[in-house]
Amino acid sequence: MSNATVVVVTSGKGGVGKTTSAAAIATALAKQGYQVCAIDFDVGLRNLDLIMGAERRVVFDLVNVVRGEATIKQALVRDKRLDNLYLLPASQTRDKDALTDEGVASVINELRMYFDWIVCDSPAGIERGATLAMRYADEAIIVSNPEVSSVRDCDRIIGLLDAKTVVAEQGGRMPKHLLITRFDTERARLGDMLSVDDVVDILSVPLIGVVPESKDVLKASNVGMPVTMADEACPPSRAYTEAVQRLLGEDIPVTIPSEKRGFFGKLFKGRAA
Amino acid sequence: MNILSFFARKEPSAAVAKSRLKILLAHERSSDGNDAALISSLREDILAVVKKHIDIDIDAVRLEMDRSGDTTTLGIDIELPQRARSA
Repeated sequence: MSNATVVVVTSGKGGVGKTTSAAAIATALAKQGYQVCAIDFDVGLRNLDLIMGAERRVVFDLVNVVRGEATIKQALVRDKRLDNLYLLPASQTRDKDALTDEGVASVINELRMYFDWIVCDSPAGIERGATLAMRYADEAIIVSNPEVSSVRDCDRIIGLLDAKTVVAEQGGRMPKHLLITRFDTERARLGDMLSVDDVVDILSVPLIGVVPESKDVLKASNVGMPVTMADEACPPSRAYTEAVQRLLGEDIPVTIPSEKRGFFGKLFKGRAA
Repeated sequence: MNILSFFARKEPSAAVAKSRLKILLAHERSSDGNDAALISSLREDILAVVKKHIDIDIDAVRLEMDRSGDTTTLGIDIELPQRARSA
């Protein structure tokens, strides 16, 4: 019996940081020693390969596997830096309808035998790619920006998680975690941005982390490294690492790691304010 | 990180991003994504040749591709069964 956990990273809205988060979370899990596979479900517009720095080494993809044109082992791309981290890329050329429910089910079932964690990076929207990314998940990470349209779309996705997933259809309740990204403490303090409490209040989903808006995220994607691999000490990296600790069941208070650390901040390095 | 890399001027990440994108897009624009089909048929043909001599397991074949600049390399790793190696 496999103990794998399938977690979907989803949001409804595009551009909120799903792929960045999926890569950062998969990497942080791998750093904890787990066997991790990240799957890109964005058929036709794949990008997880680029964010993970594997774009030059993609041979086969998810659609090839679903169609039986390649085995899973042939399609998996192993990370060059962490040998327990793998990527199953999306196809770049076919459209979303190339994925079938049965095909995805069998891919996930097979991956469950090899991995501890399977991180599904959902495409934006609520079409087939997004619904198949969440369909076989055991848990969901819902990514929201502190911004009205993003929160609204998350609410829609929460509805789908409670209706269209195997867990929900079997009468269970999908465990959900809210990850707020691109958060700006200063603007929230001034009242120009929804606060963390506002978003949690509206969505009623337990908070797993708050990732601050940061230049480090773009720098990491430029060079093809998940942010948790590029710079462990930068604020977004610390936020993702803490979120993963919570995902693993640790009971630690949510903090918002900040950019500027003064002399005393540096002295007390472990304690993010 | 060693002492030399501390003094060496690091390439800005935007320059790395640009060159990665150039390589990737040049490839994607030219190949219309038929890599998989090409590699799949290459693999089958190569396997057929190898199989004439040795009995190998399909799963013991690893394919690796690396695209850089204007060259693409395809690496094929075939794990030979114990007996074939000693023979």
